[in-house]
Amino acid sequence: MEHTALLVDWSRAQFALTALYHWLFVPLTLGLTFIVAIMETIYVKTGDEKWKTITRYWMGLLAINFAIGLATGIIMEFQFGTNWSNYSWIVGDIFGAPLAIEGLMAFFMESTFFAVMFFGWNKVSKKMHLTSTWLVAIGSNLSALWILLANGWMQHPVGMQFNPDTARNEMHNFWEILFNPNGVSKFLHTVSSGYVLASLFVIGISAWYLLKKRDTEFARRSIIVASSFGLLASMYLITTGDQSAHQVALSQPMKLASMEGLYKGKDKAGIVAFGLLNNSKEIGDKKETFDFKVEIPDALSFLAYHNTNSFVAGIDDLVYGNPKHNIMSVREKMKMGKVAVTALGEYKTYKKEHDKVHAQEALKTFQANEKYMGYGYLKKPTDAVPSVALVFYSFHTMVGLGSWFLILFIITLYYSMRNKLHTKRWIQYLALFTLPFGWVAQETGWITAEAGRQPWAIQGLLPVGMATSNVAATSVIITFGLFAILFTSLLIAEVRIMLKQIKTGPEGH
Amino acid sequence: MNLLTLQEYWWFLVSVIGALFVFMMFVQGGQTLLYRLGHTEDERDLIINSLGRKWEITFTMLVMFGGALFAAFPLFYAVSFGGAYFVWMAILFCFIIQAVAYEYRKKAANFYGEKFYETLLYINGSLGIFLVGVAVGTLFTGGNFVVNSSHLSHWTMQSYGLEALLNPFNVAFGLMLVFLSRMQAGLYFLNSLDAPAIIDRIKKVVTVNFIMFLILFLFVVGMILFQKGLVYNPLTGIVSVKSMKFLHSFLDMPILIVFLVVGVVSLLWGVFIALVKSNDKAIWFTGFGVIVTVTVVFLILGLDNSVYYPSLADMQSSLTIANSSGSHYTLSVMALVSVLVPVVAGYIFFVWRSMDRTKLTIDEIKSDSHHY
Ligand code: HDD
Ligand code: HEM
Ligand code: HEM
Repeated sequence: MEHTALLVDWSRAQFALTALYHWLFVPLTLGLTFIVAIMETIYVKTGDEKWKTITRYWMGLLAINFAIGLATGIIMEFQFGTNWSNYSWIVGDIFGAPLAIEGLMAFFMESTFFAVMFFGWNKVSKKMHLTSTWLVAIGSNLSALWILLANGWMQHPVGMQFNPDTARNEMHNFWEILFNPNGVSKFLHTVSSGYVLASLFVIGISAWYLLKKRDTEFARRSIIVASSFGLLASMYLITTGDQSAHQVALSQPMKLASMEGLYKGKDKAGIVAFGLLNNSKEIGDKKETFDFKVEIPDALSFLAYHNTNSFVAGIDDLVYGNPKHNIMSVREKMKMGKVAVTALGEYKTYKKEHDKVHAQEALKTFQANEKYMGYGYLKKPTDAVPSVALVFYSFHTMVGLGSWFLILFIITLYYSMRNKLHTKRWIQYLALFTLPFGWVAQETGWITAEAGRQPWAIQGLLPVGMATSNVAATSVIITFGLFAILFTSLLIAEVRIMLKQIKTGPEGH
Repeated sequence: MNLLTLQEYWWFLVSVIGALFVFMMFVQGGQTLLYRLGHTEDERDLIINSLGRKWEITFTMLVMFGGALFAAFPLFYAVSFGGAYFVWMAILFCFIIQAVAYEYRKKAANFYGEKFYETLLYINGSLGIFLVGVAVGTLFTGGNFVVNSSHLSHWTMQSYGLEALLNPFNVAFGLMLVFLSRMQAGLYFLNSLDAPAIIDRIKKVVTVNFIMFLILFLFVVGMILFQKGLVYNPLTGIVSVKSMKFLHSFLDMPILIVFLVVGVVSLLWGVFIALVKSNDKAIWFTGFGVIVTVTVVFLILGLDNSVYYPSLADMQSSLTIANSSGSHYTLSVMALVSVLVPVVAGYIFFVWRSMDRTKLTIDEIKSDSHHY
């Protein structure tokens, strides 16, 4: 079933809008739950009431964030049905499972122990309270696990088979989905990015107190915890980022080429550390890709395949094929894909007519070309290329910021351990101004991952154009507008409340 | 296990989750009673805080209901959510606004003011529950969808689901849930609050809402038993009309009659002891009754070759548990995962118990720095 471009664009826009909103709050929850759990552990271990104040203060901010995370999350789950109903049928057999497991394993854990964490201080024992706090942290990270396995599966579909009779993909190996290398690296990278954001959050706000010369002891202790946690997390983040890039290279070479703005593939490819894309560059032409660039030699080959000599395919190679490196052109794949689509149609017709012989033949043809079925729905070869500029700049923003965060954590940890941070105003300013960039890195990370996956909803299998619901585009435009208004209104309230709480400070608590 | 058994097992689980969701709707009911029961600011804070310790479970139950349907009956997920688009979207909006309302209502600088968030809670409790009821009602009355040979579906009405509001059965179903949730809320407060002024007002609320509920319940059950229904032939999959379909199903599965009676009696008993004996444990009886009754209502829809989602546009597109489920493999994997259900239920129960050991009082809320 083909959809109008208008419907597809608005459905994508709505998904992007709601996901980007959800993602403003989720990473903070993922990290802050751990940070408060650590702080509470220190409190229970030392019995020092100051730590309790610190814990409860950050918990208060967590609660404000958590509420809006839930508000924006519920729509994410149902949106697969409302806006991507073809998708829900075609891959629901595999995709629904992690979502259901997430609800059962993670969301209940979070929401049950959340109530204890907030209202149980005087109702349950210290131990049980601490356990609850940890369970909230574990629960929220478990929810990340399942949803990211689902997402990893979209990037690299494994563990399934196409069933021609039901015209859908069916799960045939759960373990492959669970241990999908793409999903695992996604999970590790993403949760650690949440830890980094939460650390920046704690440090940034604490730095503000230092700038205001108030609550300095509170700020110092918070910064020590957050800097240590953040430093470890950001080292891990970079490692898992590297791992993610390796996975992308293996299963989504087109995305990798776009991330790096690499049109002509080469051996010993370098990474463009910083560059400005040439706007007039088109796929397949001879123009320069960059107006300006700073390149690190061999680094891309290394990042992608962990070998400085290896060949990294460029966009042109992937679109037009490169026999030397055994890369098939998109046109060929499209041809095979169309054969598969036609054969599948014939198979169904013959089956209806109870013509077993012809049905078997059609099925054979189908199976021989099945691998590229998704390509059968593309209109022209260049459709297989995502928006290079969007992916390139997003990726570079994320990586640049990631490197900066690591340095910042080293600085704040060093000075706070030596008890000198409160005298260094430049660090305090740096920490405060870095905070918003934590979110920038988060959102650009997802734009890299998701926009880089285009035109596929499921890599190589299902183009987004096929995946939406069969509703009128106007309906989606209406709901898009409503979401934009509602989420923005909620965000305004959230930010205002948060700022007010910060101004009030831990003692007013 | 063979495929049909797995499908039935999953329909059963979905039914139970749906039933638990309906039980937990007392939270929503309570939200609509905020001003009816709470006459002073302190009283309203008490009500909000009492509900505030539970609302996330209701919320998560809804999410779980969606997740379980997606995993087990993806075709329903695709057909209904993608088709009755506006109804589901409206339901979602009603729940999105609930999620922030508790936390933000009393916070300083909350931008829109306390009343605004209370209104959100009211909308969630009334319109939200009503629409959920309407959506469930369409499982009996059907939707305007067509499923093609590739199992892709579309809706045939431009109102995308809103037309369900014109059907009296759906509307009655929705209202029934609203009154039920309000009655349940009264009984919940009876059980969990230590505030004589509020308790005094509860009986009247319970009585009124119970009577309204009962009238609608009798109407709905009567309609279910005596209306035409659709059945499918398990061998060919062909759907046909059968008069008094659900009455026949009950007669085919007498055990469900027993459960229905047990459920209804338990509910009536709960209401009776609350009203006559002022017993604060009534919620457990009515709650049990609600869970059992709703489970039976869902089961009757899915089992015995029933059609659980009739198509008004093309009868043969109608959904049954057999033609809309996930694959054998997925259902088996998920069946293994479902051993977690009792674990989850266990810790929810445990936490509920340890948090509700004593009744909530206004003083307790005032003394705790973190409250809604
Ligand atoms: C604080 C946020 C943050 C920071 C500093 C970084 N990342 Fe990241 N990155 C994310 C937050 C993030 C993310 C939001 O979590 C993403 C989006 C999807 C995903 O799997 O994680 C992501 C995606 C993502 C992807 C795409 C994965 C895919 O498409 O499947 C790659 C290759 C990297 N990252 C690599 C890196 C590298 C090499 C970094 C070096 C510093 C880095 N990221 C820093
Ligand atoms: C399209 C994908 C997503 C869907 C369908 C989805 C769904 C949801 C839902 C339904 C909720 C409310 C849960 C409740 O009832 O308790 C929620 C909250 C949450 N989600 Fe998402 N989500 C998505 C993306 C993500 C991602 C990518 C992550 C993590 C990496 C994540 C992590 C969380 C967490 C930790 C919460 C609870 C904490 C909070 O409210 O901030 N979600 N999500
Ligand atoms: C919460 C973090 C996430 C963010 C910020 C995010 C971001 C985005 C963005 C920007 C798009 C639009 C891409 C485009 O159309 O060019 C998109 C699309 C989409 N994403 Fe994500 N994503 C997130 C998580 C997920 C997860 C966990 C899943 C699946 C489990 C998912 C599934 C999808 C789908 C189905 C689409 C629509 C189809 C498409 O345009 O490819 N997303 N997302």
